[in-house]
Amino acid sequence: MMSISATANSEERSISGAHVLIPGELDLSHGVALYLDAINVSFDGFKAINNLSLTIDAGELRCIIGPNGAGKTTMMDVITGKTRPDSGTAFFGQTFDLTRMREAQIAHAGIGRKFQKPTVFEQHSVFDNLELALKADKSIWGSLFSRRNHEQTERIEELMELIRLQDFCHRPAGLLAHGQKQWLEIGMLLAQEPKLLLLDEPVAGMTDEETERTAELFISLAGKHSLVVVEHDMEFVNSIARKVTVLHEGSVLAEGSMSEVQNDARVIEVYLGR
Amino acid sequence: MDMLKKLYGPTGWAAILVALVVMLVMVPVMALLVPKTSAFHLSAYTVTLFGKYLCYGIVALAMGLAWGYGGILSLGHGLFFSLGGYMFGMYLMRMIGGLGQYGSNLPDFMVFLDWKTYPWWWWGTDHLAYVLLMVVLVPGVLAFVFGWFAFRSRIKGVYFSIITQALTYAAMLLFFRNETGFGGNNGFTDFKFIAGFPVAAASTRAGLFAITGLVLIVALLACRFIVLSKFGRVLTAIRDAETRVMFCGYNPLPYKLAVWVFSAVLCGIAGALYVPQVGIINPSEMSPANSIEIAIWAAVGGRGTLLGPIIGAGIVNAAKSWFTMSFPEYWLYLLGLIFVLVTLFLPQGVMGLLNRWKRT
Ligand SMILES: Nc1ncnc2c1ncn2[C@@H]1O[C@H](COP(=O)(O)OP(=O)(O)OP(=O)(O)O)[C@@H](O)[C@H]1O
Ligand SMILES: [Mg+2]
Repeated sequence: MMSISATANSEERSISGAHVLIPGELDLSHGVALYLDAINVSFDGFKAINNLSLTIDAGELRCIIGPNGAGKTTMMDVITGKTRPDSGTAFFGQTFDLTRMREAQIAHAGIGRKFQKPTVFEQHSVFDNLELALKADKSIWGSLFSRRNHEQTERIEELMELIRLQDFCHRPAGLLAHGQKQWLEIGMLLAQEPKLLLLDEPVAGMTDEETERTAELFISLAGKHSLVVVEHDMEFVNSIARKVTVLHEGSVLAEGSMSEVQNDARVIEVYLGR
Repeated sequence: MDMLKKLYGPTGWAAILVALVVMLVMVPVMALLVPKTSAFHLSAYTVTLFGKYLCYGIVALAMGLAWGYGGILSLGHGLFFSLGGYMFGMYLMRMIGGLGQYGSNLPDFMVFLDWKTYPWWWWGTDHLAYVLLMVVLVPGVLAFVFGWFAFRSRIKGVYFSIITQALTYAAMLLFFRNETGFGGNNGFTDFKFIAGFPVAAASTRAGLFAITGLVLIVALLACRFIVLSKFGRVLTAIRDAETRVMFCGYNPLPYKLAVWVFSAVLCGIAGALYVPQVGIINPSEMSPANSIEIAIWAAVGGRGTLLGPIIGAGIVNAAKSWFTMSFPEYWLYLLGLIFVLVTLFLPQGVMGLLNRWKRT
């Protein structure tokens, strides 16, 4: 599928062991894709994120669970620039300070996001949705004058096959079933060729078979990409999880393998044992 | 060649060709060569009336692009139209020369104000090329500055519309004042010459009509190019789900700004073509109601299409011309009624009706 080698470029630039940081270029050489430290977000005095610290390794597939209102979506808002934290540090690789970047810049740097409520361009066809997301010149001049080349068309077709929407190429996305919209959004995410994928409840509304295929897809993406998956579907989490983080009241309650987390007394109390 | 094929199919190009022949050949011939006694003669009044409609068509097209495709509902497009009109009006005032009532080199209203020289902002307005540049620049720069602040602060929807409405209202008050140097509530009128040709001559009228028609068609093709490009798809995506567009790596600001400024410039050009044909420009063109009317043209014709708003402008203005002859005081009520009916029963406007009819 896609071949993104996160570390290859940066290794070329290490000169006699000393590592050169280049602003504006993703640097995952220390093995960390996402670094959140002491993040705080409050809405009218209500602390949605409370001193949250979290590290996602390059190539890792991390599942995040937690009861409703735990702050999972808000955390993604912080990472993608939609919400500015009141305080704290958020880095993408070593070079990108996420708290200083705008949404489009963050997306450009290599963070892709799937929303909790599937958001695709409902009036646009499946094909157009993927084309808009495709990694390309996204300036106004690029959009006005550049034409889609053969490679890009092929790439879109490849993606349509992957998300099994090739028969719906010209259908407006608004007419797709809920699960198909979820898939389309995942396809759009992949079209952007991000290094870090944030997936907010990706299998909600999917059939069992679709869920299973999503699990396979995510597992195949891990390694080359870092994935952060927020999900309430425990069976799904269980099928993909290596490391699970439990969020509660805006901070990390527990972290570890699925079984470790499931046996944690505090987790049982606030979440699983409800 | 490829591009032309993409813009329109054979029928579309044929229609454009017919429109060009009508506007550039038939109308001038019927106005100038066909004898006055013939049933096929077009009076200067009729030519001017149609010319006025074409100007409105350009404005409606500009509205349709910004609103229908960009989701930016301007209730201040009358301002950009008026600014283009005023800029060109300044040139026409200069061309009156010493033929005014007071026989002065200054326009009558300046003599009346006891001004001895032209104020600095009239500089260069006796040069056609300079004025043509200003017709584009003044609305364009204003739209850019306004749009920059509005879009950057992420003002949208009804808030944006209300601010544009306030903007045109404020400008109207400013232009009403005599000291502003634009003729106060009388504005500019009594034009004599344009590029050496007498403004009132039938041949000048026909020429202005043809130029207006040409501009409308070029503008339509330009808008069509924009809408069919990826730019157009990004634009409609911003209209429908702006946040998603940002997370796809696009910065919506330049997209909105570009379409907004382009739309304003089209209005300015339309205003500049309007003034010599209609023979007057005054601050009432900036009244809030005028700008709202423009939005209604687009709604009646059909948002989300380019041709729709142009047709809408024609329909509404034909109705207006006819209605205001008999019951002028009720026009605004009728306009309101049309708007309500279209919103309720024809959300896609006349174009939606045509499409439905074509399918059955
Ligand atoms: N813009 C906002 N204004 C006010 N409160 C907000 C806002 N966004 C989120 N919150 C609050 O912050 C808390 C965390 O919300 P968040 O959406 O991050 O939870 P979540 O973990 O994603 O929950 P769910 O599992 O239901 O999606 C909730 O109590 C929510 O009501
Ligand atoms: Mg959530």
